[in-house]
Order: sequence, then C-alpha cells, then structure tokens
Amino acid sequence: MTTNETTAGGATLDARKLTRRRRRASAARFWRQYRSHRAGLAGLIALTLLALVALTAPLTIGAEVSDVTTAPGSPLEEPSGRFWLGTDSFGRDLFGLVVWGSRVSLLVGLLAAALSVVIGAVVGITAGHFGGVYSTVIMRITDWFLVMPALVLAIALATVLSRSLGTMVLAIAIVTWPTTARLVRAQTLAVEARPYIERAKALGGGHLHIMTRHVLPNVMPLVLAQTTLLISSSILTEATLAFLGLGDPTVVSWGSLLQDAREAGAVSSGKWWYVIPPGIGIATVALAFTLCGRAVESVLNPRLGVSR
Amino acid sequence: MTQIAPVPAAPADGPVPSGPPAGRSGSGNRTLTYLRYVAGKLLGAVVSLLAVLVTSFFLFRLIPGDPVTQMTRGRPISQEQLDALRLEFGLDLPVWQQFLDYCGNVLTGDFGTSYQFRAPVMDKIGEAVMPTLLLTFTAFVIYTALGVFLGTRSAWRHNSRGDKVNTGLALVLFSVPSFWLGLLAIIILANGVGPLPGLFPTGGMETGEEGLDHVLDVAHHMVLPVLTLVAVDYGQTLLVTRSALLDEMGSDYLTTARAKGLRDDQVRTRHAVPNALLPTMTLIFVNLGRTVAGVILVETVFSWPGLGSLFYQALSVPDLPLVQGLFFFFAATMILANMLADLIYPLLDPRVGNQ
Repeated sequence: MTTNETTAGGATLDARKLTRRRRRASAARFWRQYRSHRAGLAGLIALTLLALVALTAPLTIGAEVSDVTTAPGSPLEEPSGRFWLGTDSFGRDLFGLVVWGSRVSLLVGLLAAALSVVIGAVVGITAGHFGGVYSTVIMRITDWFLVMPALVLAIALATVLSRSLGTMVLAIAIVTWPTTARLVRAQTLAVEARPYIERAKALGGGHLHIMTRHVLPNVMPLVLAQTTLLISSSILTEATLAFLGLGDPTVVSWGSLLQDAREAGAVSSGKWWYVIPPGIGIATVALAFTLCGRAVESVLNPRLGVSR
Repeated sequence: MTQIAPVPAAPADGPVPSGPPAGRSGSGNRTLTYLRYVAGKLLGAVVSLLAVLVTSFFLFRLIPGDPVTQMTRGRPISQEQLDALRLEFGLDLPVWQQFLDYCGNVLTGDFGTSYQFRAPVMDKIGEAVMPTLLLTFTAFVIYTALGVFLGTRSAWRHNSRGDKVNTGLALVLFSVPSFWLGLLAIIILANGVGPLPGLFPTGGMETGEEGLDHVLDVAHHMVLPVLTLVAVDYGQTLLVTRSALLDEMGSDYLTTARAKGLRDDQVRTRHAVPNALLPTMTLIFVNLGRTVAGVILVETVFSWPGLGSLFYQALSVPDLPLVQGLFFFFAATMILANMLADLIYPLLDPRVGNQ
C-alpha cells in the first residue's frame, strides 16, 4: 500500500548503494513484522530444526539405513532400546528410516514448488506484460488446468511416466503452476498500470528490462508467499503419490514408509509405531510451511485478514 | 520507498466465477444478459471437455511402447499375435484417425476394455459410481454444514480463544494427509486400543444383511470413511466462510441492523451470514477437487468399493484403459460441477445483474 520511488532524493547518492540500502531497510521491516506473527515464527523454528535434522542425516544416520540387505533387526520388531521405533517389514531401523525419509520428502517438495513457481511466474509475467491473443490463449490453458482435479492429473502423469523422483517433481509442478500464474498475472497487471512503468518505457526500456527490473521485483514478495504455501501442498502430494505406489521404489520417503506399513499389515495388526511417525513427519512439515506462508502473506498483504 | 513494497489488489486465486455483466435496465434485458452468460459458460465447459478428451488421448500415448506391448508384457507372444492385436485395437491407423475413433467411442460411452477385469470400463465405472456418490455426498453435506457453522462462529468472535482454537485445528487437519488419518482411524477405532474395543469395521461397505439391517450395516461401514473425509475437508470451508464473513463485518447494514435493535444472533443469522455465504458457496464448488482427491485415498484405505478404490486397483497394474476412463470421468465431473456453480451463482445473488 505504500507508494514509493521518491526519485528526487537519489540524485546525490550512488544508485546502486541506494538500492542496496533500501533493500536492507525493507528486509528489516519485513522481519520486524513477521516476528510479530507467533504462529509464523513457530513454523520457522520447526522448519529450521527439521532442515538441520535432514541435512545432518548422512552423519547421524547414514545412507545404509535404507539398505535391505544389511538390515540389523528381524522384521516388524516392537520399539526397544536398540530400535526406538521398532523395525519395518525388512528388519530395518524405523527411526533411522523416518529421519532419512525426511530428506526425500523435503527435497521433492522444495524442487516441485520451485519448478512450479518458476513456470507460473514466467507465464504470469509474460501474459500480464504482453496481453492480447497470447494472454488469452495462455489464460485459457491456465483455467483449464485449474478446473482439473489436480491429484487425478498428477496420478495419471505419474502412471504413464517412469517411476522416479524426477517424474514426481514434474507431475507435481505441472498440476500446481496455474495458481501461481494467475496470481502473478493479476499482480503484473497492477504493477504495469503504475506511472513509473510508463516512465521506464519512455526512457527506452525494452520488454525484457521492464519485466525483469520493474515487474519481477514487485511480484517477488507475492511469489515468495505462494512458494511457501506450495511447498506444503507439494509435500502432501508427494506423500500421496508415494503411498499409492507411484513413487521411486528404490527411495525411502515418508509416503513410501506408510505404503510399506499398509502392505505389511501394520494397520490391521495395530502396529502404531510403524504408522504414526511418518505421518507426523508429513503433517509437521506441511503445517510449518503453511504457517510460514500465511505469516508472509499477511505481512505483505494486510488486507487478507489472515490474522485479524 | 522500497523494492519489496506490496502492490494492492491481487486476490485472484483460482477461477472465481465472475458474474454476468450487469444489465442496465428492464427485466427482459436482464434475462437476455443471463442467457448470454449461460451460453458463454456452456461453451466454456464444452471447450474444457474437448481439452480433457485431447489430454486423455495423448497423455496415454506418452508411455514407452504401445498399449499392446504394455498389455502383453511378461507373456510369451509371437509377432503375428502382436500384429493381430494391433489391428484389433486400431493401432495401425494414423494418429488422427485413432483420435477421431477415440472421440466417437467416448461419445457413445465406450471407454474400452479393462485389462485386469476383462470387462468394459464403462461397466466397472457404473458399478462403482453409487458407493462413491453415497460417500461423497454424505461427507460433503456434513463438512459443509460443520465448516460454515464453525467458520461463522470463528469470524463473529474473531481473535477470541475459540476462534484461535478453531482456526488452529482447521490448519492442523488441513496439513494432515487424508490417508494417514484414515489409517489412524482404523488403528484406534476399528481395531481398538487397550481397553477400547473395535467399534467400527475396518473396511468394505457391507457384510451382506437384508432390508433395514442392510441400511444400518452400510451406515455402520460408512462412519469411519465419512469421519476421515469430514476431518480433512471441513477446514477449508471453515477458513473460507470465516474470511468471507470477516469481509462483511464492518458493513454499514450490520450497524443499521444493530441500531434498529436486533439481537446479536439475529444480526448474524439474518443479515451477515446470508451475504457471506454467496462467495463461500462458489468456493466450495471450486474446492471439490480436494474432495475428489480425498475420496480416492479414503476409499483406498477403507477398501470402499467405489471409484477411488477402482482407480487405485487400475493404477497399481497399471490397467491403462481403466485409468484413462476414470481420468476422463473425474475431470468431466469437475468441469460440470464448476459449470453448475457458475450458472447458479447469478440466480442466488440478486445484486449481480441488478445494479
């Protein structure tokens, strides 16, 4: 809501220095406001801890935890001092697997959200900037994607492509980019209606210059909030696809652990230690990202009324 | 002042139906405007259906090899047999010819034959539709009512303790995978934990009773799947209702209603909620996609003999004609549901087309 760009003050200062100073000031202001959202802060702390656990897993757990041939226990042991969460159907340490599984869940979630946001931002900015027939066609395609049940499309894609993490990332990104594209296009239109864009054009700024130097920075905050929320849904979709047996069969993730649990009959025999931990992992990460996303959103767009 | 300054107005998230252009005067003009609007929406739905048709045809041509190699995988088969099968499935024809045949087949309700059931795909879908509708409709009614009720409460006393608990719980359940919640429900409520006996069946739809007992039996089997669906889906309705009502909160007409001496309850139920429900209603339809996703997983977990379980059985083979048929069916249903929401909206909102 703040109207900005007081160009007159910048005359005596080096332009680059000025930009940097402004960026730092606005980042500091953003952080001050974000800090006041307690739920968002909790989400951030949870994510930092989880990221630490996932990143240090090669040191604390080691890749051999998912190796079936060197499984240390017998199948489906109960929790004990040696195996804190018992063992899975191959005799592998479930605690280690849950920690190790966080890596795949986070990786796929982050990559899919990143890919989806990049596609969505490029499509949205170009559609908003160029308008005309191009925009109409692109937005028709976007609308069509929005109407499709996302999970069904993702399942169909994962079924016809090979079973790998790349497929998973691609399938999730393909079904999620349209929301971002719509959001970014609306924002682009709002930005391009401002006078300074006209000024930039009058000074000889080309399409690329306007899109990357003027529109993109103004769209970025929105994209950031959108990404955070998208990661949460991507992680849920990844778990869902893996649970349906569409994941990479050689990789351990929280979704595939739950699929194993179901196939090993852990559900009907009440082996809760096999079923509960991976689900808590998924829910915690998804919730943490959602909380962060909502906090970012309400800092950037107070009208949303998320935390009123 | 800053590079990261927020720009106002960008709430366009999802295909929020835009009302028909407002008719200037006279009711005849309004009817005409509405008819033009209906025609536009119908045309849009037809275009979307065509797009689904194209996608479902070409998507399933992406697979390495052709359907015949896929079908006969792992079985000894001679080249002549392969060629005969290709001829039978029309795979020797040019792609555009195959596509036209496919369109014709779909229009006449022929989705091919399922590999694993050796039965027409349409028959399998037909068998599974009713159980899914029963489950979805029951869950839909309950979670919508619950979401609207709790969302209204939450918004009316926003920032109260009750509101925080409500939204917090909704957000948590929103982040929980539906299939996991289903598994937990089975462990706790179907198997029984400690002193708690198993209260509900672990899966399926019936145990083969007759008459009234049959109805009760199905209802008994439905409790856990419906509970799971409601738990994962009511949060969205709650949040949407809450924010729609919050938008109405500062309105002048509410102050007027209070000023003329209405009780707080009356202001809420007679004035605020009806207005807030309109945007909520369309979003509920838009969010049906989430419910479809939930149904697929919940049916799989509870072995409910509906479309979701069928989809799961189809993709674990993979039984491509069945996956393809169900893909088309789900997508078409979504498009029709959205079209209905678009058509009903201006009829419900007297402000649209009346300004």
